[in-house]
Amino acid sequence: MSVTVARDKVEIGCDKGVAPRWQVRVGTPLSRTAAIAAVAVVVALVLLPAVASRNLIQDLIFVFTMLALAQLWNVLAGWGGLVSVGQQAFVGLGAYALFAGVVTLGIDPVFAIPLAGLFAALVAAVLGPLLFRLEGPYFAIGSWVAAEALRLICAQFKTLGGGTGMSISPSDLSQMMGLKSAQALFGLRPAAARDVLIYWIALLLAVAVTLGITAFVRSRMGLALAASRDNAAAARSVGVRTGRIRYLLWIVVAFATGMVGAVVYLQKARISPDAAFSVTDWTAYVIFIVVIGGVRTIEGPMIGVLTLWGLITYLAQYGSLYLVVLGTIAILIMLFMPKGVWGEIERRWGIRLFPTQRVLSRTSRGNESAK
Amino acid sequence: MIGLDTVIEGVLLGGVYALFALGLSLIFGIMRLVNLAHGDLILLAAYLVLSVTTVLGIPLIVATLLVVVVMFVAGFALQRLVLERVLGDDILPPLLVTFGLSIVIQNGLLLVYGADSRRLQAGAFESASVTLGGGLSIGLAPLTALLTAIVAVALLQLIFYRTSLGRAFRATSDNPQIAQLMGINERSVYAIAVGISLAVSVIAAITFGIRANFDPSIGPARLLYAFEAVIIGGLGSLWGTLVGGIVLGLAQTIGARINPEWQILSGHLAFLAVLMVRPRGLFPSRRP
Repeated sequence: MSVTVARDKVEIGCDKGVAPRWQVRVGTPLSRTAAIAAVAVVVALVLLPAVASRNLIQDLIFVFTMLALAQLWNVLAGWGGLVSVGQQAFVGLGAYALFAGVVTLGIDPVFAIPLAGLFAALVAAVLGPLLFRLEGPYFAIGSWVAAEALRLICAQFKTLGGGTGMSISPSDLSQMMGLKSAQALFGLRPAAARDVLIYWIALLLAVAVTLGITAFVRSRMGLALAASRDNAAAARSVGVRTGRIRYLLWIVVAFATGMVGAVVYLQKARISPDAAFSVTDWTAYVIFIVVIGGVRTIEGPMIGVLTLWGLITYLAQYGSLYLVVLGTIAILIMLFMPKGVWGEIERRWGIRLFPTQRVLSRTSRGNESAK
Repeated sequence: MIGLDTVIEGVLLGGVYALFALGLSLIFGIMRLVNLAHGDLILLAAYLVLSVTTVLGIPLIVATLLVVVVMFVAGFALQRLVLERVLGDDILPPLLVTFGLSIVIQNGLLLVYGADSRRLQAGAFESASVTLGGGLSIGLAPLTALLTAIVAVALLQLIFYRTSLGRAFRATSDNPQIAQLMGINERSVYAIAVGISLAVSVIAAITFGIRANFDPSIGPARLLYAFEAVIIGGLGSLWGTLVGGIVLGLAQTIGARINPEWQILSGHLAFLAVLMVRPRGLFPSRRP
């Protein structure tokens, strides 16, 4: 994150006798328009199940959950410098916690989602101090090892299906909170109504995660985080508690990632350790989304997830070839367009829909209209 | 009970893990680069040797030499054409590029060779064994793997501390700018380092491919074992990496003896335990 100075405003001494006043701004007229448009899009998406097919709803559940995961990875690795290749650990833990809660304890699935997030956060809190002993790139593989260890541990629980996994039976989900009203509202069968309900939860998560991250990186805490990434020693010298802020970020991201994992597997209703802790599904795709769209931008993951959705629709039938293509695209983008598609748009046309950069500009006292 | 045979098996397995780890350790040390595609490159080498021996009908030894040369050139090219462009202060780009490479190689191998398990054929050598006293016998192949690892570490040490190339490696590792001022070509030093790393990986691939089945999906696990060996041994020490590999091999075989399902998990837990007790590894380099 950079503090850019609006050069045209910096003409020292242009208005004599009036003390200059400096102001740091993040928002722009364009970003306020974008915010209004975003609200309209979200409202439209909330109402969509009234007209959309079940296929589209399921596709959009995928889009929303992947968007949330991508935003979370982006804030962790892009802004925080914690390049984790082990986020599948928290997807898997969230998913398994949900299954354990619903099947063995009989908790309502909707209520089990935040509990699953809490469980993932708890494990992250324990693992954090250990993994943080590994600097930068070593942390990446360390987090991967931790995820593998957790996958193998989950496979040991025979009550949760061991290595082969388990399913939630429809009867466990029939009493799900809000299911009856969704059924009545759209006149759907239970399975379709469940998808609609999960669709809303996934949309809520994606919106909450995106808003939360936007607010966070625009806040003082966000600035402190970026400072810790760019130069930890310098950040500490101006009073940033670099260790604490990264640790908190790690736990909060795990909490949200765990909830997303729970929602994904609530929709699938079938889980196995290999799928829930899959590095390809929950980390490779997520990284490709962020890389293609643009690291360290809010818009990037949105572009990336739509690109991935398009590629999956046309290429997924080719199996491995699809991943070869996706990986190659990601490598080429890192080589020739390291800021991704949105970063390139920003650079060429200076468009920022959800700006996170601080712009320093000068106003004169008493001149309210100045920028 | 955990007998002497388990310990011997673990130590020998450690030789293979040390060979996995050497290539990774080498470019860790010189370039501060973590190559997330390391495990998949080992697999690529194994499949290349498989193709060369089965399609061309060349003996394993000759095939090995051929693939060592091919992988050295591939490593040199990889650095010059790809990695060089993303190395810098930001740790994100090289990690993401090598991660992308890992996915591409893994799925590329799946496309070309399919998901079936393969094995390198080494004739009578595979099952030959040396008999020790007390009813113990050691497989010749695992023993050769450990000896190869020891020779490889000794050779790399020799290159590092007795040759001008090694001096260039150490100088570039300490301070690339000053090394350049002294007339070292940083670009070719890095490219040679990646080349050597991949050449060593071929040796690792062969010792592994003779004793166990492999398929395209197991690359990432090789990366993790290599990484664990490096961190357990301590960064910056090649002999440490050898010991790290042996510790990992012991942890896995002892775990497997207690419960066959625990083999891999015990290795991971041993790594996490070392991280907890001695975060800088067993033999940390004295240099900061």
